[in-house]
Amino acid sequence: AAAESSDSEEEELVSYGTALHPLQEGERIKKPVPLQEQTVKDAKGRYQRFHGAFTGGFSAGYFNTVGTKEGWTPSAFVSSRQKRADRTILGPEDFMDEEDLSEFGIAPKDITTTDDFASKAKDRIKEKARQIAGVVAAIPGTTAFDDLIGPSKITIGVELLRKMGWKEGQGIGPRVKRKPRRQKPDPAVKVYGCALPPGLSEGSEDEEDEYQPENVTFAPKDVMPVDLTPKENVHGLGYKGLDPSQALFGVSGREHLNLFTGGSEDTSNLLGDLRHSKGRKLGITGQAFGVGALEEEDDDIYATETLSKYDTVLKDEEPGDGLYGWTAPKQYKSKKRSEREVRYIGKILDGFSLASKSSTPNKIYPPPDLPRNYRPVHYFRPVIAAGSENYHLRKALEESTGKLECDTTQQSRHALNASQRRERLGETGLKGPAPSVLEYLSEKDRERLKEVKQASEQQMKAKLLPQQSRNSRFQPASPDDASHKWQMLLGGQLANAGSSDFKPFARNPEKQKRYESFVKSLKQGEKDTLEHYLDPSMTEWERGREQEEFFRAAMFYKSSNSTLSSRFTRAKYEDDVDKVEVPRDQENDIDDKETAVKMKMFGKLTRDKFEWHPEKLLCKRFNVPDPYPDSSIVGLPKVKRDKYSVFNFLTLPEPTTSVTQATNEKIQQDNSLNKPKKPSRWDVSDKEKEKKDSISEFISLARSKADVQQQPPVPATEECGTGPSETLPTEVTNEDKDQEEESRPSMDLFKAIFVSSSDEKSSSSEEESDEEQQPTTSVIDSETTKQVDLPDSSLSNIQENVVATTDPGVSLLPTSKQELDATEEFGPKLPPAFSSGGFCRLLVRKEKHRKNREKHKTKREHKHKKEKKKKHKKQKNKGKHKNKKSEKDSSSDSADSSDSLSDIDTTGLSPKELLRR
Amino acid sequence: SRRPDPVQVLDEAKDGVSSVKVSDHEILSGSVDGRVRRYDLRAGQLYSDYVGSPITSVCFSKDGQCALAASLDSTLRLLDKETGELLGEYTGHRSTAYRLDCVLSEQDTHVGSASEDGNVYFWDLVEGSLALSLAVGRGVVQSLAFHPALPCLLAATEGHVQLWREETFQPEGDAA
Repeated sequence: AAAESSDSEEEELVSYGTALHPLQEGERIKKPVPLQEQTVKDAKGRYQRFHGAFTGGFSAGYFNTVGTKEGWTPSAFVSSRQKRADRTILGPEDFMDEEDLSEFGIAPKDITTTDDFASKAKDRIKEKARQIAGVVAAIPGTTAFDDLIGPSKITIGVELLRKMGWKEGQGIGPRVKRKPRRQKPDPAVKVYGCALPPGLSEGSEDEEDEYQPENVTFAPKDVMPVDLTPKENVHGLGYKGLDPSQALFGVSGREHLNLFTGGSEDTSNLLGDLRHSKGRKLGITGQAFGVGALEEEDDDIYATETLSKYDTVLKDEEPGDGLYGWTAPKQYKSKKRSEREVRYIGKILDGFSLASKSSTPNKIYPPPDLPRNYRPVHYFRPVIAAGSENYHLRKALEESTGKLECDTTQQSRHALNASQRRERLGETGLKGPAPSVLEYLSEKDRERLKEVKQASEQQMKAKLLPQQSRNSRFQPASPDDASHKWQMLLGGQLANAGSSDFKPFARNPEKQKRYESFVKSLKQGEKDTLEHYLDPSMTEWERGREQEEFFRAAMFYKSSNSTLSSRFTRAKYEDDVDKVEVPRDQENDIDDKETAVKMKMFGKLTRDKFEWHPEKLLCKRFNVPDPYPDSSIVGLPKVKRDKYSVFNFLTLPEPTTSVTQATNEKIQQDNSLNKPKKPSRWDVSDKEKEKKDSISEFISLARSKADVQQQPPVPATEECGTGPSETLPTEVTNEDKDQEEESRPSMDLFKAIFVSSSDEKSSSSEEESDEEQQPTTSVIDSETTKQVDLPDSSLSNIQENVVATTDPGVSLLPTSKQELDATEEFGPKLPPAFSSGGFCRLLVRKEKHRKNREKHKTKREHKHKKEKKKKHKKQKNKGKHKNKKSEKDSSSDSADSSDSLSDIDTTGLSPKELLRR
Repeated sequence: SRRPDPVQVLDEAKDGVSSVKVSDHEILSGSVDGRVRRYDLRAGQLYSDYVGSPITSVCFSKDGQCALAASLDSTLRLLDKETGELLGEYTGHRSTAYRLDCVLSEQDTHVGSASEDGNVYFWDLVEGSLALSLAVGRGVVQSLAFHPALPCLLAATEGHVQLWREETFQPEGDAA
């Protein structure tokens, strides 16, 4: 029974662990195994090795045998005949030991993020492997291409952010209404480290802020918050020891809240104070060392709390909002602090403390006493404007002061003439008087020129009369004896001639002023006063000349207005939209196909294959799965292409380019001359909307017209305009070309290189994109070659130039218009024949003109010699006209155009030009 | 849906579209700009075959492998749908000004076309030889249609529509 009871007792017991072996009698207690003899064994009972075969260790098979637990068994033969397909390629892992695959092995099998989720940082091992493969591969370097065309991987985080509307470069967070004014301490935005000086950080942007509408929100800035708190101690990162002052000395005298609010500076001070007061030698204190049991003042470790330190009644807290109790952040607490701290409103950065001494206040100087007659509005004198170096600055000033009607003084450096520029550049002046083209003409030639000019103008005027009758609001000026013929010509059409947006003499304010008053008087029919407006200090001849000049300017302005506008048609594209949707793929040119059809070689040659996206509904109706379920495109995929891209207009020869560049130049230049608010003669599209008068309309038409013809690379033009105008023309062109090339879509480049040879043959056809191939190179080639052969031909053209020299500043368009009179009408697309006709001729002339000027500067003495030569060279030159499609000197041209304002009096057609027609 | 606006506009043709045929997943169009365009909805591709002369009529073959295109150069061309290669050319009729129809017989054995000389021409599809010329009228045969399953031809000319059948055909009951 006893045995039974003991059994039952045993059953009731619960035992944990393994029981020790009962000690045998006489046996000694086992000593623990010393450390050096302890071994680590793996799951199989083998000694654990920390290196696999690949890293220097050795553990083969089963306990370093080739066998298994059951002994060595040869692997059964498996015919590879059937299994050939699923024979796997062995990787290095198949030859590795377990140790190699373990955590510390060469190929640890830990959980890694997949590519989808991995960060963008490249896997170093993979990278290395790929590099090795690249070297070993049959064609070395092929892997480099893999890198190029490999799909870009985006981490899931970025993808998610993108789906939430984030864009690259933006910060994360809610959109802000406006940019925070400054780096003000904003509760939502934590500012770490030093705030940038307010003026520095967003100075310029703040100004723009004024103009930003209210309903626009901005993404927060992408700022990586950086904690710039300096680490001054030798503790580990993040270590925060016990505050010794609190721990050791007790601060019964201090208020409890110091425990929480005390910054480091407080406690250090505190510590110092205590040290002196108590004279105690301080050991090393802190968390790590604790407080020894033998320390005396144990009771001081914890500050004694008294009930008086707590609120017993619920009441309004401090004057603040009462949101915080005694755990309030510093801002609230600081109110209790010394007066000095209260004065400082911002947060005190970590690591900084308030200055104990306030810096000496800046000495404030009283503003100067204003003179009694001072008027707070500043009027910019012409002198100032003319002298100012920075055009933009001046413009801004003008705008800011609202000075809209500053006439006559608008000058930019484009309007400077060569001598003025020379002065600024500090170059030595030329000897002798400034050359005028007229001076190179004999008296007889001048007479002849005048006659021809008048004849042509009269002719033109007769044509214009019907169109312009609506303009004749003003009473025709009665003939003056000096200017009888001009009055006759002008007749009642003087309408807007003097209107302020036309400034033929903007370069010369005085002259412009005279011109305006002159025109005014002309309109009012004050025939007698005409002479009165001219500069009395001039000689009679000069005055006569100037008067004539004025007449001509007035005439040109008006006639160009209406004649040209009648010649232009509406723009095909909206002017302010500089992108056009162009089908990405175009049917190839017909020429090849025509021949293919003739040879009955249907098939590849006649077939074009495009990606075509059917409408989703259409697919449903056809009961066909949508081939492009993800795409939102319908029809042929289109690409946005620069409207003025080379490739959209390649069917046209390029000579027109320079003309347009020149005109654009003019537009730009004249724009700069114009007053801020008034629509100008050369107004650009954004100003067009303000006022659609015939002038700006005409200009926009002309511009879009010219633009449609070819590719005025707008940035390039601007560069030309702002760049040094005396640079070598060839350089400028090359630069332009380069720019064009850089801005070209890369796909086209690819096409150009890789498209099949049959496509490359296309040179002239109806569609553009297919021609985007070799012209890119050939254009440049021809460009350079032309430039090479240009100079000698153009050098020989002095006579023509001289005759043809007009005042480009005033009459560039008039001249072209006259040219156009003889050529075809303008159309939406100008046929190549046209552009190589009128425009080209104009261009050539301009070019010659430029060269001519250079000549005058340098080789005036050779003039006579050249004049002899030119006669036979001219012949040659004519043949070359069509080839001279250079865009080169648009910049220098325009510069010269402003220069040649002084040569105004020769405006008109050359007899040679007329004869050529 | 009852929307009045088109589901999709296929505006690839540069000139008038003279003929459109639709199969279960394709749209075949012939245009005066001399191209036969086939929109493959299933593949999402547009195949444009240049023929040169303005296309007057296009049609699929019954087996769906070929496309027949009639053009104003008095030629019918049988094009391989997939590659665009020319499989056959059929000439002999006159088609220079009008938009004339072309047909394929019910078993793709013959190619037929209307003509401006008042005949309807039939060629052997494979050999390309003229098999038959039906004198339908004196004027232009304005329209032509072949029965999809039966040897039966409809031709329109000079204000009449004519139904042609094989000789052995016996109209059941009322011939109308």
